[in-house]
Amino acid sequence: MRAFSYEKASSPADAAAAAARSPDAKFIAGGTNLLDLMKLQIETPTHLIDVNGLGLDKIESSPDGGLRIGALVRNTALAADERVRRDYAVLSRALLAGASGQLRNRATTAGNLLQRTRCPYFYDTAQPCNKRRPGSGCSALGGFSRQLGVVGISDACIATHPSDMAVAMRALDATVETVKPDRSTRSIPVADVHRLPGNTPHVETVLDKGELITAVTLPKPVGGTQIYRKVRDRASYAFALVSIAAIVQRDGSGRIALGGVAPKPWRVETAEAELPRGAKAAAEAILADAKPTRENAFKLPLVERTLGAVLAQARG
Amino acid sequence: MPTPRQLEMNRRDLMVVAGACAAFSTTAGGARAQPAPAGEPVLSEVSFSVNGRNHRLELDTRTTLLDALREQLHLTGTKKGCDHGQCGACTVLLDGQRINSCLTLAIMNAGAEITTIEGLGGVDNLHPMQAAFVKHDGFQCGYCTPGQICSGVAVLDEIKAGIPSHVSHDLTGAMAPTAAEIRERMSGNICRCGAYSNIVEAMTEVAGRQG
Ligand SMILES: Cc1cc2nc3c(=O)[nH]c(=O)nc-3n(C[C@H](O)[C@H](O)[C@H](O)COP(=O)(O)OP(=O)(O)OC[C@H]3O[C@@H](n4cnc5c(N)ncnc54)[C@H](O)[C@@H]3O)c2cc1C
Ligand code: SF4
Repeated sequence: MRAFSYEKASSPADAAAAAARSPDAKFIAGGTNLLDLMKLQIETPTHLIDVNGLGLDKIESSPDGGLRIGALVRNTALAADERVRRDYAVLSRALLAGASGQLRNRATTAGNLLQRTRCPYFYDTAQPCNKRRPGSGCSALGGFSRQLGVVGISDACIATHPSDMAVAMRALDATVETVKPDRSTRSIPVADVHRLPGNTPHVETVLDKGELITAVTLPKPVGGTQIYRKVRDRASYAFALVSIAAIVQRDGSGRIALGGVAPKPWRVETAEAELPRGAKAAAEAILADAKPTRENAFKLPLVERTLGAVLAQARG
Repeated sequence: MPTPRQLEMNRRDLMVVAGACAAFSTTAGGARAQPAPAGEPVLSEVSFSVNGRNHRLELDTRTTLLDALREQLHLTGTKKGCDHGQCGACTVLLDGQRINSCLTLAIMNAGAEITTIEGLGGVDNLHPMQAAFVKHDGFQCGYCTPGQICSGVAVLDEIKAGIPSHVSHDLTGAMAPTAAEIRERMSGNICRCGAYSNIVEAMTEVAGRQG
């Protein structure tokens, strides 16, 4: 790990201002992704701003009937919250399908959203990787790509976003609230937080330098049968090959977001009109622009079959 | 909340700060740090309690909680396996919750109450979970065992507190320490010797006694 100085922020706005002051500063929340990457010198911040202890760890009911989740709420606390279990079950289920009990006890809402890819070449500092070293090339194209993305990808990068939680938040139409170094605040639909790689896979989000996530809000509950189905190489404690967050209503309409297939939680609202026609039609519409590699082409039929299982489960 | 205790400092417990110390910039926990000259190690102070005893340490900011426990406080029961949060050998309890001590910085834990395997019990006063692991042969080489036991104790507390898991059928119902629940909840602790089924038996026995 490279040496760094450390400070504990005194307020969210001060944290943002402090991050803007030092060129290579990073926020640290649970630390479960950042420290892993710092040990490998994939991340090399020279200054860490600890955003724990700023009162951002509360889950509050909002006046519009929704929920406001502080950025520092731990994954365990969010999954176990009574309101989330009752009204946003897909979010509880997605959280519980991710990582391990120990990790979920530390991992935070914002940190989970901003966790970086698990592409094996991103982790291997001896290999070219456009995301880690812009312009060096993509080792995954033509390499081991079984885990990697099939849609939303580019010739520069085919990595996936590994979060389970974010997939459920996409299905729930969550919004991310932030504060910037100039103290201004803004709300960003979770759909717009992550960028597609294009030619700049190292630019992963729309957040500005020093912009701190303060909360994630959920609109009022939409009911329906809520399911999170994760397909992985082990029954527990593995990242998704394919995952589906589904909210299915009695009339057969619904919302579907996919994990494990794209650089961001993947949802195509227009494709949801196909749901009453069944899994095949809906999966084809969601993955219309897919460009799989030879190694990960299995993800296309896997999405279709997993969606079929999810829809069958929703029908009861 | 951690209860303040009298500061009990032991010189042996302090990091031996070499003469080079003068070249380092020291920052008190909570204070605003002076950005360090690039690449220079930075020292910082932190106080927390481990197994009921308070410690104040001066550490390189890079020191993980795991390394502070093992290298500074010589509590070597907590093991370093993968050092990347994947194996669970470094599991300790932080304010009663299990965490991977390799993926948190020591200086992030000011005021925390940490319990390691040494704090659960020793040879003369085994914790019920330790005794059950011995009785059911819940280990072979023993390297993952401190982490397994810390995790096991916390898992039973999580079930009692009604925290759901991936295999809980009813998210809102009561949670029970079934074998399926124990297996899922213990998946963050890898055992290379494959003592898993005996670990489930040990935990099931303790859960049964707790009622
Ligand atoms: C072995 C292992 C298995 C895992 N398995 C899964 C899995 O199956 N599914 C899954 O979804 N995840 C998995 N994870 C990832 C885990 O969910 C993430 O590490 C965790 O959610 C990150 O949260 P954190 O609070 O620890 O983030 P940190 O490591 O503290 O931060 C991550 C990033 O977010 C930034 N950041 C943090 N907070 C803020 C904020 N408020 N505003 C702006 N930026 C911020 C940091 O600067 C950093 O860049 C796994 C991790 C490990 C180690
Ligand atoms: S897929 Fe992306 S992260 Fe993986 S090697 Fe290529 S550029 Fe790097």
